Amino acid sequence: MKRFIPGLVAAAVAGTALGLAGAASAQTPKMGGKLTFVVASSSPSFDMHRETTFGTVHPIAPFYSLLIRVNPENPQSPTDFQCDLCEGAVPKATNDGKKYTFKIRSGIKFHDGTPLTSADIKATYDKIIFPGEGVPSSRKAFYTMVESIETPDPSTVVFNLKFPSGAFLPAMASPFNGIYSKKDLDTHGTDWHTKNVNGTGPFIFVNHVSGAGVEGKKNPNYHHKGQPYLDGFQSIEAPKMAVRLQAIRGDRAAIEFRGFPPKARDDLVKALGDQITVQESDWNCVLLMTPNHKVKPFDDPRVRKALTLALDRWGGSQYLSQIAIVKTVGGVVFPNHPLAAKETELTRLAGYGKDIEKNRAEAKKLLADAGLSNLEFAFTNRGVDQPYTVVGTWAIDQWSKIGAKVEQKVLPTGPFYDTLRKTKDFQVAMDFNCQSVVNPLADVSKYLGSAGNNNGAYEDPVLEDLFQQMNRSGSESEQYNLMRRYERRALDEAAHMLVTLWWYKINPHRSYVKGWKIAPSHYLNQQLDNIWLDK
Amino acid sequence: MSKYLLKRLLLTIPTLLGAALLVFLLLRAFPGDVCEIRLAGTGMYVDQEQIDICREDLGLNRSLAWQFWDFVSGYATWDLGNSMWTGKPVTHEIALRFQLSLQVAIMATLVATIIAIPLGIISAVKQDTWVDYVVRIFSVFGTAMPAFWLGILIILLLLIYTQKWFGAPWMPPIEYKAPWEDLGHNLSQLIWPAVATGYRYSAVAVRMTRSALLEVLREDYVRTARAKGMMESVVINRHALKNALLPVVTIIALEFAFLMGGLVVTEQVFNLNGLGKLFVDSVLQHDYTLTQQLVMLVVLIFVLTNLVVDLFYAWLDPRIRYS
Amino acid sequence: MSTPHLAVDPIELEDAPRAPLLLRMASLAKRQPLGFAGLLVVVMMVFAAVFAPWLTPYNPLENSFEHMLVAPSAEFWLGTDQFGRDILTRIIYGARTALFVGFICAIVGAFGGLVLGVGSAYFGGKVDLLFQRVMDVFMAFPLIIMALAIVATLGTGTDKVIIAITIPFIPQCARVVRSSALSLREIPYVDAARACGFSHLRIIMRHMIPNVMAPFLIMITTFVGQAILLEASLSYLGLGVQEPTAAWGLMLQGGAEEYAESAPWVPIFPGIAITLAVFGFNLFGDALRDVLDPKLRNR
Repeated sequence: MKRFIPGLVAAAVAGTALGLAGAASAQTPKMGGKLTFVVASSSPSFDMHRETTFGTVHPIAPFYSLLIRVNPENPQSPTDFQCDLCEGAVPKATNDGKKYTFKIRSGIKFHDGTPLTSADIKATYDKIIFPGEGVPSSRKAFYTMVESIETPDPSTVVFNLKFPSGAFLPAMASPFNGIYSKKDLDTHGTDWHTKNVNGTGPFIFVNHVSGAGVEGKKNPNYHHKGQPYLDGFQSIEAPKMAVRLQAIRGDRAAIEFRGFPPKARDDLVKALGDQITVQESDWNCVLLMTPNHKVKPFDDPRVRKALTLALDRWGGSQYLSQIAIVKTVGGVVFPNHPLAAKETELTRLAGYGKDIEKNRAEAKKLLADAGLSNLEFAFTNRGVDQPYTVVGTWAIDQWSKIGAKVEQKVLPTGPFYDTLRKTKDFQVAMDFNCQSVVNPLADVSKYLGSAGNNNGAYEDPVLEDLFQQMNRSGSESEQYNLMRRYERRALDEAAHMLVTLWWYKINPHRSYVKGWKIAPSHYLNQQLDNIWLDK
Repeated sequence: MSKYLLKRLLLTIPTLLGAALLVFLLLRAFPGDVCEIRLAGTGMYVDQEQIDICREDLGLNRSLAWQFWDFVSGYATWDLGNSMWTGKPVTHEIALRFQLSLQVAIMATLVATIIAIPLGIISAVKQDTWVDYVVRIFSVFGTAMPAFWLGILIILLLLIYTQKWFGAPWMPPIEYKAPWEDLGHNLSQLIWPAVATGYRYSAVAVRMTRSALLEVLREDYVRTARAKGMMESVVINRHALKNALLPVVTIIALEFAFLMGGLVVTEQVFNLNGLGKLFVDSVLQHDYTLTQQLVMLVVLIFVLTNLVVDLFYAWLDPRIRYS
Repeated sequence: MSTPHLAVDPIELEDAPRAPLLLRMASLAKRQPLGFAGLLVVVMMVFAAVFAPWLTPYNPLENSFEHMLVAPSAEFWLGTDQFGRDILTRIIYGARTALFVGFICAIVGAFGGLVLGVGSAYFGGKVDLLFQRVMDVFMAFPLIIMALAIVATLGTGTDKVIIAITIPFIPQCARVVRSSALSLREIPYVDAARACGFSHLRIIMRHMIPNVMAPFLIMITTFVGQAILLEASLSYLGLGVQEPTAAWGLMLQGGAEEYAESAPWVPIFPGIAITLAVFGFNLFGDALRDVLDPKLRNR
């Protein structure tokens, strides 16, 4: 078995393409072959601006290009962005950090022959950032800093910001921002891309069999010369993990881009040895618990704090990482990111101390103070094994150690979301914060009571204020300090949410798949243009 | 006869209407809708506005009566609506899976029949001997094992033993190709779920064959045949079997109706893109239009199968016609 | 299937409604070894379920990560699962869940079917016609789809699973009971009883119900087995009983998906438990049918 664990090592801010990537790509890519991969989820439509699931990204991202993207040779770095449709290096901000000018490559054509100009970029981002009435755009809120978009000439796009923001460039690299043709949007409307595909990506859409998969073939006029190496790809939908695992083992599929739990990896390695390569990395997804602040007794910060104190995160990490796709203990920021807390600071937060007995004693005292020594409640969880119900089962056991009797109420995905966001019919619920590009300044908005994806039903002006300051600050050290205060407020003083463990991505794949480097998110680096088959 | 046929045909209409009303109401009675699920995704920003737009588009804000009329009147124009999840026509979504489910159902029924009838005969002829016991244990075993357990075992054993014997692990294909496209691929994928399902469903048919044959073997004319000195095998083959097979055929036909859409778990295990999987997905996604049509399809198949069976009986036994 | 038959002559039953049944069951062991074996399995299960706390040294719910995924050994006879919980303990406690779910679903479902089936057969006419159509609609749904729809909307958990499994059972039982009861309606005895002024209820209770006891009891045993399997299937789809409850279907699903190779004891033993239980109930039910159905008695 060959194993690469780039995450912890390669997240250097310097943005250099780290050696691990180099080791694999030292060989010359062979041309040809068709990549077959399995996907766990189906996609409701082909429109990446609208959808939020990896079930869309994995089969559809190869058909589109982005303006800038995470560097496919170094996707672990949160700051190494590369021009995809733009030319040269990713532009620096001008005009006091409020203006970004992108030069667009020439000679690029959409799959239907239409030439790409800056007007297409503008039309796409207008749709994403300023969608008209009735046009869905799932990530609109990431771009509140954008004032306007201009196209002074067919090969230049200018983004004017309202205020300088370190969150802008990472947001622009979002894998969901496939560039659409203005002609398509004008002639066919904004719904056309839900059922049709016309992009500038490395692959051309061949067909989609509902419930089965998507097929793509090589784009001979791709603007990254020499790529793609593959002749085509085929995605196969397989909702059951056992099937996906068996598919890789029986060589019905070469790779799966989301991730497997540790035992699955072990089974594959044991069965196939050298024919399997394993890539692992920290994942920009974290499981957390959200107490419903509108339901007694969870409006009492002592109760919330007691719940977070009861969780033995360090012990949990050691054991859960053997049976689930979680691993690293972290706060609100992606572990090992420059803005993340160092371990010495982390252990000072409630529930993060290494002396679990002391924590639990304090928790019991807090509950007694609140008059709730025999706390009983229902924990609402999502009916997905990895890692939701596994971590849920662990949490219930942890809470039992401070005398709380908890029943797990599991809902299938649909009713789960509905309960979480609309009906709010829960006491404590499992929640998560999954983002694509590692962009902590934007990602931590989850903890704001006002955020669209916050389900705790609370308001905290202190947090709001800290968040604004952080995002307007130009200095990295100032951002860091503000982030620490933000974290302490969210997880300790007010204990609004209980962050548990960050996810851990394990991708075992057939060794003949070369060129694909694991990213800290299953949404990133999925254009497949640098993948080749060593067969 | 034709009066009976007409009467039975007319009776199917209230059944179908009833099914339509029932599924329509049940689906909408409970919380959560398709827009929430589509847009909820992975915890990213979701405005209420987006959800409202989506509901408006799909007609979920209209009155129940309007929605029901839309549903039922669609049959007149053969406009069965679009799936709320994918936006594609429901007929397209269903047709795709229908082919696969039909093939698996037919193959499974064949397997079940091949297993059940010989075993049932042996078991009846050798009633209460150890042969009978072995057969009964074997067939009950099939129904006692959880469906997915058998399926997972089959695939796992295939992978392990093909690697042991041939060096490389082999697994049945996980994508569907029609038999006329690639027969080898098609059969190597579907034979396994067909055998797994057929084995499990054969149990009922074995029991029915056995009891039907036992019943017939006690009839007077069989005793007469024996008294006349006929060989036992001739007695069975010429006289008993024909009459015994009638209820067996009934059971097999009814089982077939259940196989269309009922193989939810088997399809998950073998990754078949069939009606069962479509059912699960559409129910969990609250895709009302698709679920409604699927339910109607399943009810229709069931009703038609019952009709055919009843007509068959009526043709054989005139007393039933005139009741 | 459309020729119903009487299990017992109604006049005989007037005097001793219970005795023939008991006598028959006593001779089961001698003439029906398979059925008796099935009965033994059932009794064993009930025993394990009732005396679970005394039979097991470990806590079925408590996590014990120091012992995660231990192979069967002297300390843990059937090994431990991924949370370090003893599998034998969880299987014994699982018998509780299985029997609880199984019996409630079977009995409530069968009773519902009994009432509706007999009532429909007795009153006949338009009531019967309407009832048949409604039952047809329910019968057309595969069991799993109906259970799935109910759980998907009501949520998961033992109580919802019970509802989800019971509801499809009612029409199944009603149909069988009805076809048995239909034949009884035609007997002049019933008309005579009505002429004497006996109430509907009395006639139903004293004459019709005892005669459909056979199919009713057989349906109950079938249902228990079916309920256990349905729970396992619902768990496989993620919609059954939930962690950390000890339930065989749940244990099997968790184990089969992830530990089939690295720790096979995790899925194998619950799988055996389910198979054995269903086996037992089915064999017992089969034997019951052979015994109670006069046409199948030994020649």
